[in-house]
Amino acid sequence: MADKATIIVHSGDLDKLYSALIVANGALAMGMEASLFFTFWGLIRLKKGELEKGGLSRMNLFGLGRWMIRRRMKRANVASLERLMQDFKELGGKIIACDMTMEIMGIKLEDLKEDLITDCGAVGTYLEEARQSKINLFI
Amino acid sequence: MAIIRVDCTSETCPVPLIETRKAIRRAQQGDIVEVTGTHPASKKEIPMAAKALGLEVLSIEEQDGVWRIRIRK
Repeated sequence: MADKATIIVHSGDLDKLYSALIVANGALAMGMEASLFFTFWGLIRLKKGELEKGGLSRMNLFGLGRWMIRRRMKRANVASLERLMQDFKELGGKIIACDMTMEIMGIKLEDLKEDLITDCGAVGTYLEEARQSKINLFI
Repeated sequence: MAIIRVDCTSETCPVPLIETRKAIRRAQQGDIVEVTGTHPASKKEIPMAAKALGLEVLSIEEQDGVWRIRIRK
């Protein structure tokens, strides 16, 4: 079985989503398997039209920091989160949506981008992934 | 045997790595994947990925900041 990377995506911040998706895509590109477990503020980003909407984890400055970073990213030709998500799915990555977050935040499966989601689950689903993984991150 | 060309000129991390992986998945056994690009770290990392996938790197060349890596599937 191939090596695996599992990441809990807890944050919905733009910069942290980039970290998670870049590491996850890198793992797939290098022949590993990869799973992303979206929970709390991370799960909000799986709602339709929300993926690119996060602020920065620091220096957001009421959106000014986010605007500046996005402008610089555009200039540096950094791929969009949307594209990184499509690539992640195309290369066989798994996306798990946290059941409990959906319940406490009143999110229904049809509110989410269902085409991206491989599975819904709770802590047991995460641990089944994590115990088989060489790389486990919480972002 | 075919040559699959991937142009990642002016693309940055992690796109060259991802596009290389996609091309390798598309390729048949024996095909050659030829990636060109300008992102400096990818010149080092694409061969690392090829090695991790158990593939042979045929050549790595660079001229005027543009590198070309050839991998056999």
